[in-house]
Amino acid sequence: MSQYHPTERGYYGSFGGAFIPEMLYPNVEELREQYLSILADASFQQEYQLLLRDYVGRPTPLFRAARLSEKYGATIYLKREDLCHTGAHKVNNTVGQILLAERLGKKRIIAETGAGQHGVATATVCALRGLACIVYMGAIDMERQKPNVARMRMLGAEVRPATSGSQTLKDATNEAIRDWISNPTDTHYIIGSVVGPHPYPDLVARLQSVISAEIRRQLREKTGSELPDYVVACVGGGSNAAGAFYHFLDESTVQLVAVEAAGHGVHTDKSAATSVLGRPGIIHGSRTLLMQDEHGQITEPHSISAGLDYPGIGPLHAFLADSKRAQFLSITDDEALQAAQLCSRLEGIIPALETAHALAALDQLPLKPTDVVVLNLSGRGDKDLDTYLRELHLA
Amino acid sequence: MVNRFADLFARKPSGVLNLYITAGYPSLHDTVPLLKTLAESGADVLEIGVPFSDPLADGPVIQQTSSAALRNGMTLKLLLQELQGIRQVLPDTPLLLMGYLNPVLQYGMEAFCQQTAAAGIDGVILPDLPAEEYAALYQETFRRHNLRPVFLITPQTAEARIRRLDELTDDAFLYLVSGPGLTGGNQTADHSSQDAYLARVEALNLRNPRLVGFGIADKTSFERACQHAHGAIIGSALLRALDGAADPHEAARQFVRSIRQ
Ligand SMILES: Cc1ncc(COP(=O)(O)O)c(C=O)c1O
Repeated sequence: MSQYHPTERGYYGSFGGAFIPEMLYPNVEELREQYLSILADASFQQEYQLLLRDYVGRPTPLFRAARLSEKYGATIYLKREDLCHTGAHKVNNTVGQILLAERLGKKRIIAETGAGQHGVATATVCALRGLACIVYMGAIDMERQKPNVARMRMLGAEVRPATSGSQTLKDATNEAIRDWISNPTDTHYIIGSVVGPHPYPDLVARLQSVISAEIRRQLREKTGSELPDYVVACVGGGSNAAGAFYHFLDESTVQLVAVEAAGHGVHTDKSAATSVLGRPGIIHGSRTLLMQDEHGQITEPHSISAGLDYPGIGPLHAFLADSKRAQFLSITDDEALQAAQLCSRLEGIIPALETAHALAALDQLPLKPTDVVVLNLSGRGDKDLDTYLRELHLA
Repeated sequence: MVNRFADLFARKPSGVLNLYITAGYPSLHDTVPLLKTLAESGADVLEIGVPFSDPLADGPVIQQTSSAALRNGMTLKLLLQELQGIRQVLPDTPLLLMGYLNPVLQYGMEAFCQQTAAAGIDGVILPDLPAEEYAALYQETFRRHNLRPVFLITPQTAEARIRRLDELTDDAFLYLVSGPGLTGGNQTADHSSQDAYLARVEALNLRNPRLVGFGIADKTSFERACQHAHGAIIGSALLRALDGAADPHEAARQFVRSIRQ
């Protein structure tokens, strides 16, 4: 089996595991025992594939971005996850997990969200299947991603502000875990990225792997080869990157580029570039790279992008960074803003702020005219328009 | 070899009062003097909370005391320094450190165990270190330093697992989480299911004594928990009593009296 699949206890190299309090043990153990057989089950696959096609709108297009290609002097394809229902890749995961939750007999769904895309995607599938939905969101993120808060409410979800710590994604995740501890029998926690205790990183990666499965097929149709030279994706927790990398992990000719948020810069105290600033540690039940002080206290990250404002990365990505299988780049707030404007004006696609970090990384790649680049366009930028207009002085 | 837990439970098989405070709270250097006051007022076991930035299993009170302690400047390193003299002050009271795994791992498990044991601390509770990882990675280190791990059991813990946790525990106790929820929560609202759970675990005839914690707040809930266990653990309610007190020692004495009266 590929070294990029976790071991029985959930390890990718030395990263991963399940460092959970005993209160979570029955739920996490139940999930661990059942997730692979449920995912492999024919009835699950049938429902999942049908929903991906008719509800999410898959396959999403692989679009040859002619003007970006011209600018960067290589062939650049955009994998249009922004065209998924709800506007980002997050729904690939929530559609799968809601079917899983039903099979586990759960009646109540909780989730954390940063940018609000995972919250919206969770609220959406809960509405679709008639399950109660509670989304935890950092109070600061509720302010900077207002349109998504409104969408969640319209969909019938309860949005609960996380007011502790930095009031962002880490704290929303803390509150979701505390909710799960307090509701140990009827609740399923739909984690929004490849983070958390085993089996979540593997579960979410598998549900997002449809992205790279489609890329291979679509590239073969368009170019005759399934393998690009580069796959580029932004990394908050790492779910869109995991999905875009998944079926290329064992293809050593494909360069995997993971793009983190540098915030004001990796050498300032306002950054979220975990692979640069982090050391091995434990966050949200997983041993991974973690931004922390010398005493092991988790430090507060900064990114203009709520979805990348997280002091850890998923254990698979920690392993990809450590083993150098993926190249990690970091992009500042300003570089991301410029890239968002560029993509909007060259391609007529307004990307999410998270995605804009991946776009900005094109500047840092030593591209040749023969190179084929696939960039995972993880989400659309409607939620970020306030920020774009303000920061780019367009208002 | 000293065995303060065995001595305690032999001397006092019921009504054991275990009190938790957050190290470095209310003020940075309050920890050791407060432990002394609590023991002198009638606490049988003391838990010293190592503050962590993201205490996942804790309710609002311990979240707040932990961040206050971190703001005060408390660190694991400083705490271990302060505790090196504790056995001159408190020769017999069983003492535990309770904290989350990450600060301990950054300190280094070997150094942590060595210095914790050197201070005369009897045991350690790390709620986010599951028994499997403990057994695979750290049991040998704990044993070498004669440190006892304490594991949590919840109403959802299956019998086979309770027995496994009991097997992994020696000369300490099992920590029975009173109901679904976080520290300081209001679990005791559902008396009959809590009683049934505690009675169910009692009937398993485990090797180790059992103390009940989470949501135990006053004399009534303490005594109720003690009916089916050897004692109970109080943290958040005590910390609430210390919050803003002009004299934390007087507040601590009064609090213990309110349980013991
Ligand atoms: C559009 C978009 N891209 C990327 C991310 C980052 O998450 P992940 O790294 O899990 O893909 C988010 C998170 O909110 C998002 O909304």
